[in-house]
Amino acid sequence: MKSYDVLVIGGGHAGIEASVVAAKMGCKTALATMEKQGIGRLSCNPAIGGTAKGHLVREIDALGGVMGEIADATGIQFRMLNRSKGPAVWSPRSQNDRTLYNNKAVEVVENTQNLDIVDFSIIEIIQEAGVVTGVKTAEGEFISAKAVVLCSGTFLNGLMHVGVDSIKGGRFGEQPAVGITASLVAMGFESGRLKTGTPPRLRKSSIDFSSLEEQAGDEIPQPFSHRTLLENFPFQPQVSCHITYTSEEVHKILEKGFDLSPMFTGRIQGVGPRYCPSIEDKIVRFAERTSHQLFLEPEGLESDLIYLAGFSSSLPAEIQLEAMRKIKGLEEVDMVRAGYAVEYDFFPPHQVDLTLETKLVKGLYFAGQVNGTSGYEEAAAQGLIAGINAALKIKGEEELVLRRSDAYIGVLIDDLVNKTTDEPYRMFTSRAEHRLLLRQDNADIRLSHLGKRIGLIGDNEYAQVMEKQRKVEEGKRYCEQTKLPIAVINPLLEEAGSQALQTPETLSKLSKRPEITLRQLLDKVPAQESVPEYFSNQEILDKVEIDLKYEGYIKRQQDQVDKMERYEEIRIPFNIDFSSIKQLSTEARENLTKHRPRSVGQALRIAAITPSDISILLVYLKK
Amino acid sequence: MNNYEDTIIALATPAGYGAISVIRLSGKDSIYTANNYFVGKRPLYEVQSHSVHYGKLVTPNSEVIDDVLVTVFRAPNSYTGEDSVEISIHGNPLITTKVIELFMHAGIRNAEPGEFTRRAYLNGRIDLAQAEAVAELISARSDTSLRGARNQLDGLLSQKVTQLRDSLIKTSSLVELELDFAEEDIEFVDRTSLVSMINDILTELESLIASYSFGKTVREGINVALVGAPNVGKSSLLNYFLKEYRAIVSDIPGTTRDVLREELTIDGILYKLFDTAGIRDTDDVIETEGVKRSKETVINSDLVVFLNDATEQFNTQLYAELCSLTPQERIISVFNKCDKTENRLTNNIYISAKTGEGINTLFQVLREKMLGVNTYTEKTAIVTNARHHVALTKARENLTNSLTAIGNQFTGEYIATDLRAASESLAEIIGEVSSDDVLNSIFSSFCIGK
Ligand SMILES: Cc1cc2nc3c(=O)[nH]c(=O)nc-3n(C[C@H](O)[C@H](O)[C@H](O)COP(=O)(O)OP(=O)(O)OC[C@H]3O[C@@H](n4cnc5c(N)ncnc54)[C@H](O)[C@@H]3O)c2cc1C
Ligand SMILES: Nc1nc2c(ncn2[C@@H]2O[C@H](COP(=O)(O)OP(=O)(O)OP(=O)(O)O)[C@@H](O)[C@H]2O)c(=O)[nH]1
Ligand SMILES: [Mg+2]
Repeated sequence: MKSYDVLVIGGGHAGIEASVVAAKMGCKTALATMEKQGIGRLSCNPAIGGTAKGHLVREIDALGGVMGEIADATGIQFRMLNRSKGPAVWSPRSQNDRTLYNNKAVEVVENTQNLDIVDFSIIEIIQEAGVVTGVKTAEGEFISAKAVVLCSGTFLNGLMHVGVDSIKGGRFGEQPAVGITASLVAMGFESGRLKTGTPPRLRKSSIDFSSLEEQAGDEIPQPFSHRTLLENFPFQPQVSCHITYTSEEVHKILEKGFDLSPMFTGRIQGVGPRYCPSIEDKIVRFAERTSHQLFLEPEGLESDLIYLAGFSSSLPAEIQLEAMRKIKGLEEVDMVRAGYAVEYDFFPPHQVDLTLETKLVKGLYFAGQVNGTSGYEEAAAQGLIAGINAALKIKGEEELVLRRSDAYIGVLIDDLVNKTTDEPYRMFTSRAEHRLLLRQDNADIRLSHLGKRIGLIGDNEYAQVMEKQRKVEEGKRYCEQTKLPIAVINPLLEEAGSQALQTPETLSKLSKRPEITLRQLLDKVPAQESVPEYFSNQEILDKVEIDLKYEGYIKRQQDQVDKMERYEEIRIPFNIDFSSIKQLSTEARENLTKHRPRSVGQALRIAAITPSDISILLVYLKK
Repeated sequence: MNNYEDTIIALATPAGYGAISVIRLSGKDSIYTANNYFVGKRPLYEVQSHSVHYGKLVTPNSEVIDDVLVTVFRAPNSYTGEDSVEISIHGNPLITTKVIELFMHAGIRNAEPGEFTRRAYLNGRIDLAQAEAVAELISARSDTSLRGARNQLDGLLSQKVTQLRDSLIKTSSLVELELDFAEEDIEFVDRTSLVSMINDILTELESLIASYSFGKTVREGINVALVGAPNVGKSSLLNYFLKEYRAIVSDIPGTTRDVLREELTIDGILYKLFDTAGIRDTDDVIETEGVKRSKETVINSDLVVFLNDATEQFNTQLYAELCSLTPQERIISVFNKCDKTENRLTNNIYISAKTGEGINTLFQVLREKMLGVNTYTEKTAIVTNARHHVALTKARENLTNSLTAIGNQFTGEYIATDLRAASESLAEIIGEVSSDDVLNSIFSSFCIGK
C-alpha cells in the first residue's frame, strides 16, 4: 500500500504550491493528478498577476512559493499596472507562453525532492472518526495519507456548456472528477455550484493586426520573484497584445443567439462572477453601451493561437464566429475553439478554518477553486497556505495563519472563512482595509520572517531582506535629521512651483510636498559625500520616499491595525457551544455556529455580529 | 466597534441635582485625557494612584467649567482594573453633560450599560458569579445604533444617514474603480467632480451637525435663567408662566434665596426655568450664597433673561457683570412691570408679569435665539444624541481630510482611505459598510471584466 504524509489532489495552481511546499518542508508528498502534463495548465487566459493578484504572487514568492518563478521564466510580456497611482496599488502582471508555463510547472514539480507525481484520478476521500486516512483512486487503489489537500479546481462534476450542448468535463478536452463530491457530502459537507466561462481561441494568422491598437509591455520589465536575477531577465522574447472593440452590429448578431444561451434559458444553475461577465451578460446589463473593449492576447511565442479576452461566451459556436467576423481586425478570423462556460461543485468556505483545514474532518484541507474562488493567483495562495499547514501539523509545529494586516493572502482567506460568498471570489485591492501597508514592493519585508520560520526562506535570503529593511529605516532617519540651507533649496522649490522657505526645513518635511521628489532633494545636499550610498539603490530610495510622503496615512493605518490586534489575539476555544449562550441574539448564535471563529477579531467580521454580542462573548470566554 | 481597550466615560452618580456628581473615566487614555482639561498643581499623569487633586476643568477655549476634585487610580488597582479617573463636580446636570460631551469630542466613548462592571470582570476585579448578571445587562440594553430606530426622530436620522452613506459608497466606488479596474475601458471620475460630490455630502453633514443644538434642545430642553436685581419681578414671572403661586413673591428685596427650577412646554419646546436670587452686594450670609448660586446658574444656562424694572433705568452695571459670566448673545434684556409706565424705548422688550403683556414676544425671542431662524419641521432629520453628533463630526473631519488629499494631488488610494474612514464614522450610527458594498456599487454601475 502506498503511503504518504501529504497527498494533494489536483495539479492546478493550488495543487502545485501545496505539494511543492509540503515536500520542501520535509514531508513525503504525492501530487495526484489526472494527467501529468496537466500540471500547471492555464485554464483560462495566458496571464499571471494583475491588480491585487500581482500582490498575491509577490506574497506567495516571499513565503517561498513557486508561482512567481514560473511566471518569470515563461513571461512574454511584463507590465506594472497602475503606475500612475500611488505605490500601494501598483500591481505586476505578465503575459505567459501557455506551453512554456505548463512545461516549467511540470519541471518544478518533478525536480522537487520528496514529491511523487501519481497520475490517477481520485474518486473518494476516506476518513475515520473525523480524521482523514487517505484516498481511493479510480482504479480502486487505496493510498494512505496523514493529510489530504483537495485542489480539484473546476473539475468536480464539471459540466461545460456551448450553446445548447453540454458536455461533462472540467476543462476543454478533459474529464470531470466524479465521486469526490459525493464522498464529502456523505461526511456532512455542504456543496454548492458555481460557474465560470472562457472566451474563444482564434488563429493568429487569420487576424489583421495592422489595423489594431498595440499594447506593449514595460520598457524595463520587472520580475515577480525577488529571487529572479535581473541580469538575464526577461528570459523570453517580449511580445505585444492588441486591442479591438465590439460594435452594435456585433451585439445584434449575438442577441440572435440569446434564446439558445444556457445562461438565459436557465440551464446553467451556477452563479458566475460579476467581474468576469460573458459578452452576452455585458450586452444585456449595459444595454446603453454600443461597444466593448477586447484584448487579443498571444498564447505563446510559437503558438498560432490568440486568446480573445473580453469575449467570454457560452452562445452557440456559429453565432460567436458570425459576430466576431464583424469586429475590426477579425473580419476573416478562424475560430479554433469556441468560448464555453463550465459549471462545477465547490464547498462553501465557511467549512474551512483559517489554516484551510476543514472544520469537519481533521487532516483534510481545501484550496483553490473548490473554496469558491476564481483565478490562478487566488488558488496558488490558498494551495501554499494549505500545504504549509498540512506540513506543520504533521511535524507537530505551530500553524501559520496570516492576518488581514499581514498580507492579501490573509485578507483572502479571512474573507472566505467569515463571509458568505454567492459568486466566485476574486481579489481586489479594495478588499484590503490595510491596503497602504500591504504593498507589492514590501511583500518580502512583510513576510520573509514567516517564510524563514517555516524553513522555506534560507538564512542568507532572510539576512538580505533584513539588511534592506535596515537601510530604509536608516534612510528615513537621515532625512529627518538633514536640513538644507535656504539658499540651496529655494531655487529648486521655485522651479517646481512650490512655496519658498523662510527657515531651513528637514528633507523629510520637504519630501511631503507633492511637487518635489526625494531624489531632487538629495541631489541638493551640499556635502554630497554625506548622502548615504544606499540612496543610489532605487528600491531603497522609493521605500524611504513612500514612507516619508505618506507618513500620516501609513501611521493611521498602523494604529488601526494595532487597535484591532488585541481582538485577534483573544482566542475562542474550538469546542465552545455558541448556541448555549442565551444572551446572544439568535442570528449571532447561528452565524457564530456556522463560521466557528477562532478569535474575537474574526467573530467581529462575521455578518450580524454586533458590539454587544462581542461583549457577551468576552464575558463568556473569561468564564 | 467598541474596543475594550479604548477609554470610556459615564456619570457614576444618579443623574439630576445633588451636592456632588461623580464622572468616571476608565481605559488607558483616561489619565492623559483628563489631564488635558485639568488645571491643577501637578499634571495628573505624575501623581500617585489613589490620590485626590483639586483644580479646575477648562475647555480648549479656556472656558472654566467648574472647580473639581479629581481622583486618579492606576491599573490594576482600580474598580475596572484599568487606569481610571473620577471627577467630582457640582451636582448639576448642566455641568455634567457639558463635561461628558467635552470628553466625547476628545475621542472618549460613552460607556455602555454594564461596561465598567464588564471591564472589572474581564480584568479579574470582580468574581465569577457576576459574569452572568453582566451578560444579562448587556443583552438587555437597547441597541444604541439606530438600526432599530426607537422613535420617529431616530427613524428620520437613520434614513438621512443611510442616504449619506449611500452617497459615500457611490463616491468611494468611483475612486476604487480607478484603482482596481484601471485597465478597463471606462471613464474615471475627474477630480473636480469628485470634489463636488464630496462637498455635497459635506454640506448635508454640516446641516445635520448644526441640527444638534436644536436636537439637543428638543431632547433636553432650553435652560433659561431669570436674573436681575432684587425686586424686578423674577419670581412673579415664573409664577405667571406656571399659572400658580410657585415662588414666594413679596415687595421685600431679597425674597428669593435659592435657585428654583420649573419646567414648561410651549410650542413643543421644553423650557427649564430657573428663578434666582436677585443679584446685589449684601452682608447676609444666606443671601450671599444665593447670589453665588444665581451667578452659577447664569454661567450654565443656555439663555439668560435679564429683568429690569420698567420704571427705573436699565441696570448697566449688572448687565456688565452678566456679560463677564456668559457670552453677550445669550443675554436677553427685558423690562418688566410695563403695566406701571407708558415709557417705551424702541427695540426693547417690555413685559408685565402681572398682566401677561409681551410674554409671547419673549418666548418668540427665546425660541429664535436658541434654534436660529432655521425652522426644523417634523420631517427634518435632526441629531439629538451626543454619540451621533461625535460620529458625524468625525465623518466631517474625514471628508475634509479627503479634500486636503485631493488638493495635495495624492492618488486615489489615499483619498479612498479617508472616504473609508468617513464611512466607518457613519457606521457608528447605522452599521458597517463592507468592501462588498463598494464593489457591488461598482459592478452595478460599470461594465467591468474581460
Ligand atoms: C473554462 C474556465 C474558465 C475560467 N475562467 C476564469 C476567469 O474568467 N477568470 C478567472 O479568474 N479564472 C477563471 N478560471 C479559473 C482558473 O482557471 C482557476 O481559478 C484556477 O486555475 C484554479 O486553480 P486550481 O488550482 O484551484 O484548479 P485547476 O487549475 O482547475 O486545477 C485542477 C487540477 O486538478 C486535477 N484534478 C481535479 N480533480 C482531480 C481528481 N479527482 N483526481 C486527480 N486530479 C484531479 C485536474 O486535472 C487539474 O489539473 C477559469 C477556468 C476554466 C476551466
Ligand atoms: N405692577 C407690577 N408689579 C410687579 C410685576 N412683577 C412683579 N411685581 C411686583 O414686584 C415685587 C417684587 O416681585 P418679586 O417677583 O418677588 O421680585 P423678585 O425679582 O423675585 O425679587 P427677589 O426675589 O427679592 O430678588 C412684588 O411686589 C410684585 O408683586 C409686574 O409686572 N407689574
Ligand atoms: Mg424672587
